[in-house]
Amino acid sequence: MTAGVAGLSVVDLREVALGFGDDCLVLSHRLAEWTTHAPELEEEMALANLALDLLGQARSLLTLAGEADGRDEDQLAYWRDDRDFRNLLLVEQPNGDFAVTMTRQLLFSTFQELLYRWMVTGTEPRLAAIAAKGVMEARYHVEHARLWVQRLGGGTEESHRRMCRALDLLWPYTEELFEPTESWSRAADQGAVPPLSSIEEPWRHSIESLLVDSGLEIPGFPAWQSGGRLGRHSEHLGHLLAEMQHLHRSHPNASW
Amino acid sequence: MPPTNSDESRNLAFQQAIDADRTVEPRDWMPERYRSTMIRQIAQHAHSEIIGMQPEGNWITRAPSLRRKAILLAKVQDEAGHGLYLYAAAETLGVGRGELTELLITGRQKYSSIFNYPTQTWADVGAIGWLVDGAAITNQLALTKTSYGPYARAMVRICREESFHQRQGFELLSELSRGTVAQHEMAQDAVNRWWWPALMMFGPPDTESPNTAQSMAWKIKRVSNDELRQRFVDMTVPQAQALALDLPDPQLRWNEARGHYDFGPIDWEEFRQVVGGHGACNAQRIAVRRAADEDGAWVREAARAWEVRQNSRTSAA
Ligand SMILES: [Fe+2]
Ligand SMILES: [Fe+2]
Repeated sequence: MTAGVAGLSVVDLREVALGFGDDCLVLSHRLAEWTTHAPELEEEMALANLALDLLGQARSLLTLAGEADGRDEDQLAYWRDDRDFRNLLLVEQPNGDFAVTMTRQLLFSTFQELLYRWMVTGTEPRLAAIAAKGVMEARYHVEHARLWVQRLGGGTEESHRRMCRALDLLWPYTEELFEPTESWSRAADQGAVPPLSSIEEPWRHSIESLLVDSGLEIPGFPAWQSGGRLGRHSEHLGHLLAEMQHLHRSHPNASW
Repeated sequence: MPPTNSDESRNLAFQQAIDADRTVEPRDWMPERYRSTMIRQIAQHAHSEIIGMQPEGNWITRAPSLRRKAILLAKVQDEAGHGLYLYAAAETLGVGRGELTELLITGRQKYSSIFNYPTQTWADVGAIGWLVDGAAITNQLALTKTSYGPYARAMVRICREESFHQRQGFELLSELSRGTVAQHEMAQDAVNRWWWPALMMFGPPDTESPNTAQSMAWKIKRVSNDELRQRFVDMTVPQAQALALDLPDPQLRWNEARGHYDFGPIDWEEFRQVVGGHGACNAQRIAVRRAADEDGAWVREAARAWEVRQNSRTSAA
């Protein structure tokens, strides 16, 4: 293996960037699905903002991931199949109702903000640069999701019931957030990314205190779903990719 | 109630202010018909921005490159922003967004009929940006001088963004036109389908446009439908040549004497059908808007309930 910057191998850098980049790309797609369906116009704008931020991050991360073998962002986004995607299962879960979407955002963005905050001072300069920009965006995403979780948790009986259901639905997918791949562990040893175990406690604390404030609680069962980072996805991802990729693949040598 | 002397004198003063090119502001006295005409026009414009998100939104998840996806997503978001400014402008005349949305989804207010055509291919995104946003700019530039202040100011802000959209649409089509054979055909097909509906966006010919005279006197409308349409054609023909795409009108040619392009007759029967609810997508567009409104009701209600509780908590503290 070739040694990259700061002793991080090209393969490990690629895997880490790909995992992150796919998280952003897939979640951006899900958020974009809300277009014209949002509960109010202000939220139409906010969801598009979130989708745009994540798409921007995805493009930077996929560009970085593709450097090793000369593939650009579009080749990575449009020409890989389900088994080669490295995103978390959480972000590919369907939008459901607005409570599901905001819960998913809370769980993911809290995780992402913690990672970015750490990576800003990490040893891999390109990851650090992406994190420096992303951390501001993630902060806003977290705030937006927290405000809605509070409103829905403490709003009406119906919104409270929907929030409980959303938490039950998505909680199983939180296990995977803190499971490092082999590449991740090596990147953490090099100081490019944090050890995931160091993020878990602050993540849990942040989520738990919000839920308590909102009259909600962390589900009483353990999380168990995982496999996304290794390319073992739910059935949902294949459909998402079919939609995202079909036009690009129908015109193999075209530029757009 | 019969008109009183003071009504007459207020009407007169109102018209004099308009004639002197003073803008009408929310607190000014205005004739009831001016107010209702303005509400109807601003609401219709706001609805068009919001319904207009659907045909283009249809392609966001399938955009063929990440760069184009980002541009399209940002554009559709801009349109939501335009809708928001315009509903806010309507609010200065005393009608709320909720009330206007209700009028839209029950079919009592209209939106631009162009959005009742389907976007079948990716090239339609480019054709809408180039032609539909292009026609919208032509209309809206004239409206930056409309007599109602909040509407005129909203138009200034909106026009800046619309001209970005128009350029992006042009650029998208230009890439397709210079691309593969299949891409070029896709672009030509889209222009063939969108050209005539774009010309219809300016409304019926002046000879059949009943509202025009009063709207002109009040300077709500400052340029006639036919004149705007001609401006749009004159601006667009050279752009089509630059794109190497044909406009689907065999009668289109430069008229040296008039100093304008001549163009063929518009199928006003098609226009009446679409405005009357028989376009390809009328029912679909309203159904989507209605579903968003209904499905979001519990969310808005929760936000209101939470707000009330927060306020009572702070006032109790
Ligand atoms: Fe607009
Ligand atoms: Fe526009």
